[in-house]
Amino acid sequence: MSTMRVLGATVALTVALVLQVSVFPHFAWHGIVPNLVLLVVVGAALVRGAEFAMVLGFIAGVLLDLAPPADHVAGRWALALLVVGYVAGRVAPDFRPSAGAVVATVAACSFLGTSVFALSGLVLRDPAVGIPDVLEVIAGAVVFDVLVTPLVLPLVMGMFRRLEPERAVAR
Amino acid sequence: MAPQKTPSRWLVVALVLASASLMTLDATTDDGSAVDPARQAVGEVFGPIEAGTTAVVRPVSGIPEWFRGRDSMRDEIDDLEAENAELRAQVRTSGFNRNRLAEYDGLTAAAEDLGYALVPARVIGLGPSQSFSATVTIDAGSRAGLHPDMTVLNNDGLVGRILRVTRTTATVLLIVDADSTVGGRVGETMDLGFLSGQGETSDDAGLDLRLVDQSVVPARDDTVVTWGSDGAAPYVAGVPIGRVSEVYSSLRDSSQRALIEPFVDFAALDLVGVVVPSGSESDRAVIEADGSLGR
Repeated sequence: MSTMRVLGATVALTVALVLQVSVFPHFAWHGIVPNLVLLVVVGAALVRGAEFAMVLGFIAGVLLDLAPPADHVAGRWALALLVVGYVAGRVAPDFRPSAGAVVATVAACSFLGTSVFALSGLVLRDPAVGIPDVLEVIAGAVVFDVLVTPLVLPLVMGMFRRLEPERAVAR
Repeated sequence: MAPQKTPSRWLVVALVLASASLMTLDATTDDGSAVDPARQAVGEVFGPIEAGTTAVVRPVSGIPEWFRGRDSMRDEIDDLEAENAELRAQVRTSGFNRNRLAEYDGLTAAAEDLGYALVPARVIGLGPSQSFSATVTIDAGSRAGLHPDMTVLNNDGLVGRILRVTRTTATVLLIVDADSTVGGRVGETMDLGFLSGQGETSDDAGLDLRLVDQSVVPARDDTVVTWGSDGAAPYVAGVPIGRVSEVYSSLRDSSQRALIEPFVDFAALDLVGVVVPSGSESDRAVIEADGSLGR
């Protein structure tokens, strides 16, 4: 079942990344698109727990850092999404989370992930962007991520639950 | 067996260290980062997928265009008529300048006929604002004859330059990226300056112009073109960039700062051309300098 899980996670990440880069820019607001890769990591954390989500977050982040057209210092999204995986996994309730809890987790994680990414940029002086712009992007990202949560999270969580039901029973 | 809620400490440490070392590796090596081969490899895989997805989505993303109402079209006609009249007035008054410019143009063209050709390409991926960098992927790569540091433009003006290529795709740094600096020349006065991006890709994207001669005040609506670099890399000369939309002067250090509105609409970027030397090998038809199609 482990290979199935790896395969499922890979497919989910690839689809999320390609949609985020090639499809959603057509519906972007000020260039801000829903961070689908982050949503996949949060979904995995809510079903599978922090450890799996952290590893998945790291891999997802490295992909986001390397896949074209990314040009920032590699490792920044890796760090941000691994923090997201850790936090989402830690706050996940012990049984099936309510819809409200899922939305709250997504909002918090979206804020956290984009902020960690932006902070690492400020530390590394990677893009010379001012704080007001950063705050605007973070706010936009949270709104967008919450908007697409009802469409994405049930799919992602359902997939991770189905891939390994015996482990997900307690959730 | 319930999923582990607290991950083991060594895993947390290992993953954080891995991200940190990745950042160090990429940030400290100046030219030819150690991460580039990995970027290349991931690009080879994701490039074709992005190209395929865009090909599927393109017809769908055009649908809103069909539903534009009569009112909005009438508004647009009014706007265009107004613009037309304004342009006609400009043409009438600028006949003399135009003639003189044509002479100069002929001179420079004769003096250094660089013979550019364009490789057409389409945008297949846009970096999100959340990454705070303005980059796009286009569907032409090293097989189409592209290399890093080539000029990318479209029919409106300068788009950016190529950062890196895979076999089938290339990553383009847009001129509105906060890290981008372009040498520019104010068309009317030939004053030199530098344009830096503000990191915004939406409709109100702008560029900052700092002139080398700080006593010169650029006039509103002056056109700014590229200044051109040595060996035509990364930017070829004479590509229109934008027009001066606002000028701020700082009394304290007696310098001018001008805001440039780019001609290119970066929010709706699609078909672009990459400037290549004439007669380049390419996997597609190349538009030669005289307008003919070559292979």
